[in-house]
Amino acid sequence: MRRRKWLTSALVHLLLLLSVVVVAAPVVFAFIFSTQTPAEIFRYPPQFTIGSALRENYSIVWNQYHLGLYMKNSFYISVAVTVGKTIVSFLAALALVYFRFPLKGWVFTFILLTLMMPTEIMIVALFELVTNIGWSNSYAALIVPFLASATGTFLFRQQFQQIPVSLVDAARIDGAGPLRFAWSILLPMSFNVVAAMGVIQFVYMWNQYLWPLVIIRDSSKQVVQVGLRMLTSGQDATNWGIVTAGAIVALLPALVVFFLLQEQFSRGFALAEEK
Amino acid sequence: METHAAYKSRWLPWILLLPTFVILLVFLYYPTLETFRLSLYRVAFLGLRKTFVGLANYRELLTSPVYHQVFLNTAIYSFLVVFFSMAIGLFLSVLANQRISGRSFYRLLLIWPYALSPAVAGAIFLFLFNPQAGIVNYFLQAFFKIQPDWLGQPRLALGVLVAAAVWKNVGYNVVFYIAGLQNLPGDVLEAALIDGATPWQRFWRITFPLLSPMTFFLFVMNTIYAFFDTFPFVDLLTQGGPNGATNILIFSIYRDGFRFLKTGMAAAESVVLFVGVVLLTILQFRLGERRVHYGG
Repeated sequence: MRRRKWLTSALVHLLLLLSVVVVAAPVVFAFIFSTQTPAEIFRYPPQFTIGSALRENYSIVWNQYHLGLYMKNSFYISVAVTVGKTIVSFLAALALVYFRFPLKGWVFTFILLTLMMPTEIMIVALFELVTNIGWSNSYAALIVPFLASATGTFLFRQQFQQIPVSLVDAARIDGAGPLRFAWSILLPMSFNVVAAMGVIQFVYMWNQYLWPLVIIRDSSKQVVQVGLRMLTSGQDATNWGIVTAGAIVALLPALVVFFLLQEQFSRGFALAEEK
Repeated sequence: METHAAYKSRWLPWILLLPTFVILLVFLYYPTLETFRLSLYRVAFLGLRKTFVGLANYRELLTSPVYHQVFLNTAIYSFLVVFFSMAIGLFLSVLANQRISGRSFYRLLLIWPYALSPAVAGAIFLFLFNPQAGIVNYFLQAFFKIQPDWLGQPRLALGVLVAAAVWKNVGYNVVFYIAGLQNLPGDVLEAALIDGATPWQRFWRITFPLLSPMTFFLFVMNTIYAFFDTFPFVDLLTQGGPNGATNILIFSIYRDGFRFLKTGMAAAESVVLFVGVVLLTILQFRLGERRVHYGG
């Protein structure tokens, strides 16, 4: 019996290790070949060791292919949306939870329905609209349409509802108005939601592809994901060292965020499910 | 009844809601309605010339073999992505949820690709499956003496797209399935154990049915992923080819709208996709309310 238990456990470990290796393999291979020259990549058999072009490939994608610039653009946009969306959603949830006002049910439905409207579905009309406003080729096009969201509003709404009613009553009796209450009690008590939402939103914006692809034509304003596309299509004979180096550079920030802030990540997921 | 709504003000809640209203109206409601309107027109690019054509765009969607193929591709592709993402996700979750040392370590190393973008995953798979330089063909040549032209063959190309999409999304399902497994009522499983049920029986007769609300939630989320978020895979790996074999709806919308400048057609396709999302959402709310609860 004990022997059998040991065997099962060994088998589970083996299967898990195998899975972990298979999951990691694409990125590990990409990293190895991102350090090799075209000649090294095409030799037979391939060498699974660090090649001689590590610095060269990465400096080419960073400078010549402007991935450094695109990363900076992506970073600004993601931070702007994350901060903006947090504030806008916080205020909306404040109104929904702590105020009595007419038509609240309708307001709620109005926000809820937008869950069914991802950007991709209206991409043609959104393109026309943003172009007519005169925002094509601008950061505004990548930021403003994403500043409000049903998800964010509902995450905060849910968090506020879990805070004891006695707190707001006490605040009111002490003469604290709604804004004062929001700032000095609600906000500090909602930091975990702020963090969880921030992480999810940041990664979501960082990973955007289709919308920047169609609305940004001026390549100096492009984001890093679309920058990757230029690496794969911009040359006659593809230099795979460059492509893989680009992929590694572009995946690093999201991966670092993920490993550093795992807890917020998982929490953000859990919240998104409950909403 | 206890209520949080302690404050009363005629104008303050509306001011707090104003930014949300403006953004949602201008950048979500208006473009969505406008998409419906555009789908009834044949539009020269940027709306410079619009001709009302009624349902002609929809008629073309229904009758043209090109669009039939797009719908079929979308159905097959979405089914494969959803099925494999969830099946592999569930399998790995059950493994990682066993009582063994290093559980959280395994969990972490199984889920991290979820943080990567589809574009990064696409670029990496483009390299892996390149017929000459790609590492997949090196191994296949070494072990089986074959060198498939992955992106040149319709079925293989679709397979590569599925593999890339599944690889990136399995972690998401693992996160949720592990959470689901950890929340299972222990007494039911214990009772089954005492009654002498085999592990296989315990999984299919107890664990799997108990996970059904989670499975349903993940089905919706994975379908949405397959419909929308997989655009970069098609764009980077196949451009819808070879011969339209990997042209799925979201890519077709992009191509019609921004390359072929058939805005009306792209809008009509968007409406079809929108109907799909609405149906999924209704299904989610319907079934979500009727979640089955077992035990205490």
